[in-house]
Amino acid sequence: MNAAPQFEPAPADTVLAARNIVKSYGGTHALKGVNFDIRRGEVTTLFGENGAGKSTLMKILSGVETPTSGSIELDGRPVAFSSTVDARNRGISIIHQELSLAPNLSVRDNIFMGRELRGATGLDFAEEARQTRLLMADLEEDIDPMTLVQDLRLGQQQIVEIARALSVDSRILIMDEPTSALSATEVEVLFRVIRDLTARGVSIVYISHHLEEALQITDHAVVLRDGAITATANAKNIDLEWIVRNMVGENFDLGSPPTGYAFGEVALSIDELSIADVSGSDRLVVDRLSLEVRAGEIVCIYGLMGAGRTELLESVAGRLPMTGGRVLLEGKDISRLSIAERIDRGLVLVPEDRQRDGLVQTMSVGANLSLASIGAFVKGMMLSRSRERSLIDGTIRDVRVKTAGGGAPIGSLSGGNQQKVVIGKMLTTNPKVMLLDEPSRGIDVGAKAEVFRLIGERAAQGLAVVFSTSEVAECLSIAHRIIVMRRGRISAQFSADVTKEQIMAASGEAVLV
Amino acid sequence: MTNASQNRSRSGPRTSSGGFSVAKLLLEGRAFLALIVIIVVFSMLSPYYFSLGNFLTMASHVAIFGILAVGMLLVILNGGIDLSVGSTLGLSGVVAGFLMQGVQLQMLGVVLFPPVWVVVVLVCALGALVGLVNGVLIAWLKVPAFVATLGMLYVVRGAALLMTNGLTYNDLGGKPELGNTGFDWLGFNRLFGIPVGVLVMMVIAIIGSIILNRTAFGRWLYASGGNERAAELSGVPVKKVQVSVYMLSGICASVAGLILSSELTSAGPTAGNSYELTAIAAVVIGGAALTGGRGNIRGTLVGAFVIGFLSDGLVIIGVSAYWQTVFTGAVIVLAVLLNAIQYRRRVKLPGSTDGPSTSPQQGGKAQTAAPAHEKIAG
Repeated sequence: MNAAPQFEPAPADTVLAARNIVKSYGGTHALKGVNFDIRRGEVTTLFGENGAGKSTLMKILSGVETPTSGSIELDGRPVAFSSTVDARNRGISIIHQELSLAPNLSVRDNIFMGRELRGATGLDFAEEARQTRLLMADLEEDIDPMTLVQDLRLGQQQIVEIARALSVDSRILIMDEPTSALSATEVEVLFRVIRDLTARGVSIVYISHHLEEALQITDHAVVLRDGAITATANAKNIDLEWIVRNMVGENFDLGSPPTGYAFGEVALSIDELSIADVSGSDRLVVDRLSLEVRAGEIVCIYGLMGAGRTELLESVAGRLPMTGGRVLLEGKDISRLSIAERIDRGLVLVPEDRQRDGLVQTMSVGANLSLASIGAFVKGMMLSRSRERSLIDGTIRDVRVKTAGGGAPIGSLSGGNQQKVVIGKMLTTNPKVMLLDEPSRGIDVGAKAEVFRLIGERAAQGLAVVFSTSEVAECLSIAHRIIVMRRGRISAQFSADVTKEQIMAASGEAVLV
Repeated sequence: MTNASQNRSRSGPRTSSGGFSVAKLLLEGRAFLALIVIIVVFSMLSPYYFSLGNFLTMASHVAIFGILAVGMLLVILNGGIDLSVGSTLGLSGVVAGFLMQGVQLQMLGVVLFPPVWVVVVLVCALGALVGLVNGVLIAWLKVPAFVATLGMLYVVRGAALLMTNGLTYNDLGGKPELGNTGFDWLGFNRLFGIPVGVLVMMVIAIIGSIILNRTAFGRWLYASGGNERAAELSGVPVKKVQVSVYMLSGICASVAGLILSSELTSAGPTAGNSYELTAIAAVVIGGAALTGGRGNIRGTLVGAFVIGFLSDGLVIIGVSAYWQTVFTGAVIVLAVLLNAIQYRRRVKLPGSTDGPSTSPQQGGKAQTAAPAHEKIAG
């Protein structure tokens, strides 16, 4: 296994070399001293799981973010990008994972946003439109330059995003998940465009979750895991298995399913649940999905982005309206209840995005922890401070939050500890069923293991747990049962002795386009 | 490091950075500092300024804005804004005047003269009703708070003008034989030497402070103002909280209206015009964030006193009314500027992962109190 990082001096055909890049957010280290080379006229693919630091590295190389420490050399000379415009002027452009288009503007205006062509009288709209048409022809996409971006489907929006990056004559083009919404034919066109570009000497950095697809186009593979590079190799010498092995890592133990007890009654029962697409298309985000979870059982839901995991969990928790089906908690229909009523009856959700949905940034650690269970320490009309304090101190101890105390600001905690606060907050309500949407997102491996141990302990005490993940290794940790979701439906169910390859195949991840 | 040892060492790092703490203290206590500066400067400029009598007079001017500002604070903590309070204040005075003149019941052929306490209750209910309309528009019908309350600003003012046809009720004294005297008590009397209006403001401030710091509702208010999505997922009834704050703000406006019309012994339909802006200014000077979730009663009251003592001081030393407006505006902008600096710094502050952080409210008993920064209200 060539897991040992290789740090030879940059070869002559290296356009851009990043040296010892470190990036920290508060207490979280997203990148821990990364060395990364981009080779002239080649496609370098960056592999890695969610949270491995791929997007962070790309944001640094394209001037979106500045590294905490480390240096970047362009053509052998050290550079520091002050902004994306600065990076773009030096020939580096990026296609972001999240689309960065203005939906209220036309395709033409989006492509020339920020670098509008000047004409004799104001802007030269005709020339802009002409160039836009050429770009669209190149990408074999029949989109009128005056169409509003909001009227395009997601895949076409992605094409516009790509066209915008192509319209600047870049020497280095970074593509962060460019194909996530593209059809197979569109991917083929994109690959042809990439080949044209490399033939002209343009260097490409490619990131994708579709491993086989990425393997097709790449010349050079780099694997990133937990903020560090674990392997680099020439595409000729590697296969899918090599990538997965280096991406996931074999050795770190995220725990095993708790044993030594029998599952209880069915705690949560999802019956033919459907959720319509918010964007208004006929497609169902979750399509007549049924699932039963028993007390003490841990179920893992695996799926790619857009498989409908988040929508499923949010709908069961009462946040997202469902269009059909029922949700039963211990045999009672709770489909019509509010979020607060569901929490009262014992069903809680730990949301995916803890900054946006999990924490109140303006409040202290303690106030965040006690927010969901205020009723437990109200005496008469007033809050009992002593009861609240003992509840907070108890929870901090229980879920092992590393904090200066309940009065500390929530922002002073690391990502992992913030996640423990969100989990602890919901655990203080004494739930019967706990849903966790990507509980390990954006936290480091050590904290991950702690979170999973915590979940395992509670399950052994009779809590029914459903957690979602997009990392295969996590499915194979504490879950008794693994559900694979694909396009809103359950595409496979496995017991805990399944292999990574089986799970990935069922999710559609490793399937050739 | 264990949690226990961290708890004990909590106050450790604060002592090491003395100079930084002074700067922080100045920033945190800036509204109070501004108040002291205002008092000192005007006392030097005018011999009449620094006297108990003048302070009490100024305080009773402040009371009207102070009461409005407490209601406004609740709304702003929730991340909203209430532009209708000035109009509600005006309508409340007019309705009080209308009730004091006697209500003719045509069908029964009698004229009802409700006693003063009934008038007070009815007028407060009216304020709550205006707030309810605001709240339902905002929470359930998803009208932006700015627009909904702007609309109510016009509707309520229009209602007040319609009721009196633009005229003013002058006789609010009531008659002993009708049993409805005592309305002037609110505006003229003193208890323990303090004007009743000021006492009412203090009572409202104390109640508000208890609500914010010691009740579940207060915690819900801070939480849904700080992050509505997270609060909702934690089971907080965010919509009920939202409707409630607008109702409380409306009630505060009605109380202010009663006091003002009692002080003036007349109720005009244009009373309270643009008072909502002064109330917002007081809340902002008091350090609350217009984005919601941060602020407290103590700061808001100090903010109201800063505005009141400044403008009265300018009157006493004979500065023209036009300059007063300029000064008030400058103070507001300065306050918001300092808010921006304070909150920006606070965002950058959390650097360490598990070391004790340098939060301003770090010390001992802040532990359990809700929003650590907001807890010393009242």
